[in-house]
Amino acid sequence: MTVQGWMFIILFIALIAAIARPMGAFLFALYDGRPMPLLGPVERGFYRIGGVDPARDQSWRGYAIALLLFNLFGVALLYAVLRLQGVLPFNPQGFGAVSSDLAFNTAISFVTNTNWQSYGGETTLSHFSQMFALTVQNFLSAGTGIAVAFALIRGFARRDTKGIGNFWADMTRATLYLLLPLSIILTIVYIALGVPQTFAASVDATTLEGAKQTLALGPVASQLAIKMLGTNGGGFFNVNSAHPFENPTALTNFIQMLSIFAIGAGLTWTFGKAVGNTRQGWAILGTMLLLFTVGVAITYWAEAGGNPLITHLGVSDTLGNMEGKDVRFGIVASTLFAVVTTAASCGAVIAMHDSFMPLGSLMPLFNMHLGELIIGGVGAGLYGMLLYCLLAVFVAGLMVGRTPEYVGKKIEAREVKLAVLAIASLPLAILGLTALASVTDAGLAGRLNMGPHGFTEILYAFTSAAANNGSAFGGLTANTPFYNGLLALGMFIGRFFVIIPVLAIAGSLAAKRHTPEGAGSFPTTGALWIGLLTAIILIVGGLTFLPALALGPGADQAALMAGFVQ
Amino acid sequence: MAQQAQSLFSRDLVIAAIKGSCVKLDPRTLVRNPVMFTTAVVATLSTALWFGTIAGSEPGKGLFQGQLVLWLWLTVLFGNFAEALAEGRGKAQAASLRATKAELMAKRMLGVGETYEIIPAGQLSVEEIVLVETGDLIPADGEVVWGVASVNEAAITGESAPVIREAGGDRSAVTAGTRVISDSIKVKITAGPGQGFLDRMIALVEGASRQKTPNEIALTILLVGLTIIFLIAVGTLPAFAHYAGGMIAVPVLVALFVTLIPTTISALLSAIGIAGMDRLVRFNVLAKSGRAVEAAGDVDTLLLDKTGTITIGDRQATAFITLPGISERELIEAARLASVADETPEGRSIVALAGEGAPAPAEAITIPFTAQTRVSGVDIGIRQLRKGAVDAVLRLLGDRANKDAVAALRRCTEDIARSGGTPLAVADGDRLLGAVHLKDVIKAGVRERFAELRRMGIRTVMITGDNQLTAAAIAAEAGVDDFLAEATPEQKLDLIRKEQAGGKLVAMCGDGTNDAPALAQSDVGVAMNTGTQAAREAGNMVDLDNDPTKLIEIVGLGKQLLMTRGSLTTFSIANDVAKYFAILPAIFVVLYPGLGVLNVMGLSSPDSAILSAIIFNALIIPALVPLALKGVKYRPASAGALLSRNLSIYGLGGLVAPFVGIKIIDMAVSGLGLA
Repeated sequence: MTVQGWMFIILFIALIAAIARPMGAFLFALYDGRPMPLLGPVERGFYRIGGVDPARDQSWRGYAIALLLFNLFGVALLYAVLRLQGVLPFNPQGFGAVSSDLAFNTAISFVTNTNWQSYGGETTLSHFSQMFALTVQNFLSAGTGIAVAFALIRGFARRDTKGIGNFWADMTRATLYLLLPLSIILTIVYIALGVPQTFAASVDATTLEGAKQTLALGPVASQLAIKMLGTNGGGFFNVNSAHPFENPTALTNFIQMLSIFAIGAGLTWTFGKAVGNTRQGWAILGTMLLLFTVGVAITYWAEAGGNPLITHLGVSDTLGNMEGKDVRFGIVASTLFAVVTTAASCGAVIAMHDSFMPLGSLMPLFNMHLGELIIGGVGAGLYGMLLYCLLAVFVAGLMVGRTPEYVGKKIEAREVKLAVLAIASLPLAILGLTALASVTDAGLAGRLNMGPHGFTEILYAFTSAAANNGSAFGGLTANTPFYNGLLALGMFIGRFFVIIPVLAIAGSLAAKRHTPEGAGSFPTTGALWIGLLTAIILIVGGLTFLPALALGPGADQAALMAGFVQ
Repeated sequence: MAQQAQSLFSRDLVIAAIKGSCVKLDPRTLVRNPVMFTTAVVATLSTALWFGTIAGSEPGKGLFQGQLVLWLWLTVLFGNFAEALAEGRGKAQAASLRATKAELMAKRMLGVGETYEIIPAGQLSVEEIVLVETGDLIPADGEVVWGVASVNEAAITGESAPVIREAGGDRSAVTAGTRVISDSIKVKITAGPGQGFLDRMIALVEGASRQKTPNEIALTILLVGLTIIFLIAVGTLPAFAHYAGGMIAVPVLVALFVTLIPTTISALLSAIGIAGMDRLVRFNVLAKSGRAVEAAGDVDTLLLDKTGTITIGDRQATAFITLPGISERELIEAARLASVADETPEGRSIVALAGEGAPAPAEAITIPFTAQTRVSGVDIGIRQLRKGAVDAVLRLLGDRANKDAVAALRRCTEDIARSGGTPLAVADGDRLLGAVHLKDVIKAGVRERFAELRRMGIRTVMITGDNQLTAAAIAAEAGVDDFLAEATPEQKLDLIRKEQAGGKLVAMCGDGTNDAPALAQSDVGVAMNTGTQAAREAGNMVDLDNDPTKLIEIVGLGKQLLMTRGSLTTFSIANDVAKYFAILPAIFVVLYPGLGVLNVMGLSSPDSAILSAIIFNALIIPALVPLALKGVKYRPASAGALLSRNLSIYGLGGLVAPFVGIKIIDMAVSGLGLA
């Protein structure tokens, strides 16, 4: 580890903290339904076409049904496009139909904001599929996350009402005013920094040695912008942001990392503002950044330490563990990116997590096990964290001698039930499906490595799917009907088995009256609360995965320390 | 009865509780506690497997598995024991109450003249009229419809001073089991057999009619949720072990599962609830539901009656005011003599204010205060010295009083009333001498109490019939946050509604029928036991001591109940960290020897580690029973201070204690060669 390395990390964290407020303020304007300049007529036009009255509040059931219908329609449409891409336009390389299981997996993947890719983008998908199917879902799945976060915030902020907002309005406003303009700006920035944006298929180049090389091209910059901003993570190229065209410079790399966290960090401020105390939002962001910093420190330490087995061979390893990392980015940026992308459920990668040291790969896994709540996927991070806030308040809140309250709302049986339901869906999907894959031939067949590392490959895949992350560990061959099917199931559970309880909680909270805060109220700001919340997240969310982590990266690390490869 | 504190672990109680914990193994009882029920199910499963082991291929493993089975069952039994002990303490109180009740007989009026028949109280029905004479016990709850009597309610309240019960007005309710010590009254029965106040109290302290409170239900849901999450975590382990080319024995999985699920708090949960109610009963407050006790912890606003709560109920004499033509000496001397034999606080304060003087002559005859005359004094020869409420004295004098003196007295007593005081008139025979100014005196220490409440985030509002000016003066002196002067029942109700509309929970106490709507509207309504039946029905708690100051303690008891529950939940969940680090390495070291590094406690062998964890998990339950029954220490403080205190004791303690405990047990287990 180096001082420069740490300064780089601290600069990044400071910038995220600085972005939170302005981004949060803009998000609050969207949340609050305030009229926006310029695009107002477009927004109203959409409502007119859809026959939607944006001022009409939906009950949580109405909101959930609208959201589910919209997303299922997205799955169907995506599936159709992928299956029919051979006859659709913008297919310069003439790719044929995508296989049914892969199309199904990909459709679920992009609708759930996971962007797990069982395929290589540049060798499987036409430009039409990339732009009109995948990129569109990149916007809409991010919009869905923001909408759910808005609905839950309303649950806390409103009182004595049934309505938690209008899904169509939230969706339209988040996409039209936030995701689209920011993506356009970022696209232009990326183009200026050297990312290709073209409809050409590829160019053939002659290398210095005189060999022929085909360089894949396409509308990369536009997909890159929303891939990061919407924490989607599905790359244009197979190797994602490790590809020099998808991430040409250190600057694009830094911008990409910032844009992954930007909206998630901003939403914490929006929450605080909406419930009338911005310190509540800062406390949540503080908890997120605390967990984040610890994660970065451990990963950085593990990677910078290098591989003792290689050192034993007499090979200098002063750079740290560089296997699977791009020399352009080095240890610091690669580890920071790995933690950012797994904390935020983005899933874009600039290095192969498979090649990380066991402890280094443990952190990204652990981040996802916690349930994408460290900044998290857009929207998902906030509502994931708020679930734990409810749990922490309920467990510890009694200790001050009052029935538990959070930001003025009493937490009772119904909220506890729904929060536990949402939280339990993650271990069910990750551990259940991993167990299934690790005892069946079809599951075992996909591994690249044997032993604990192979186990980690399987665990990582289902973790990435259920946490809606989408990053690949590498190694595992996942484009089989077995994995395509089960991973799609994991992604679906990880997304909608959380969203539905969250909306139900929003409905239940909105109907409650508000208890003003006083000296007797449980303090949910300040260091004590941050420490408590962190402890609950680690004990309830993290400990469950300890056995699996011990048998994967843990066993790997233990073997490494003993001086052999398991 | 309530004052007799029982030792927590008296021998009889413990023996009864041990019996009770076996009886509670009945699945129909166990199923009410899902986590303990789950534990019992896996204990049954393990027992069956154990029989298979000792009969089958691996008898060598029999000792180890047998011990696991034993400790699994002990875990369940310890949980039952905690609940049985809590109930046992309640039952002991109920038994003494029941003894009073068993011998009650009633004189039922036959409706013809004054004739009655004597029947057992159990045969009475509602609306019947009974006669209760001097020395009789009141047979059932009811309302006085005729007569005035003084009643000793020590059986209920533990307070030996008799109270007046009379027909009409706010002091007409009488309670079964209390004794009439003078005069006779006719009582209309208001509660049928088994429905009376005493019956409800018995059922309540016995825990028979206990229902889970909303907060308890929510907590149970959380505990079940955690159990399901751990079921997933443990249930997937065999597959993972299979991948690693090994297998994990079922008893070991069971041990891991049982130690991880929140058995500690689940075992103690109902004991905590019962003990919380019990503390209230010992404090002579009867809550009609556990919900009310929880609500007490949440109270934001306390409505406090001025008299008795903020000021000393009996006012103190502060000045003598003479009528024209009367010397101050004469007035003081008359007031002093009229009060020498008066043992009430007012009387004594008059004597104290009057200062030294000649004692009452030997021939003096004391005229005591009666409910009818409301005047007291002394007869010395032909002199009749009297003091009492202005109206009462004037009524006594009747037409004999001098008209000018009456007018002068009226004027000066109005002045006294205007300044917030209470006037007493003093007369010598037909002659009015003047008035004594009685003034409210703020109770010692209330100011500090209110400051304490403020730090806890509780607002205090003083309710008084006094005028604005007086009320403001007293409010400022006592340090309450707000006051409601010249309060009518309607205003009281409005105030409660207004507070509640702002999301606040309100507690109040009251005794009169006109308090009933406000008592019913408030979140915690404490009715005085001397109050009317209507008031007692409307409130959700009844204070047997009739002490409105208790409202503050009731809030404390409510908070203590919730704090105990929260602290033990936190402790229980925090324990899991150490248990993981005890059992996981023991399981995994077989699969990957390198994972021995997770054995941070340095436990001697895998079997010993597993056994130690399950033993710790079982033993922690009886170890925490005293805390569950007594409640965690409660000191009024802000929420932040309470949180940091309890979090450092029960949160950090919960993290560290099992590391130490399991290590010690491991040393014992391996030392004894048990594993």
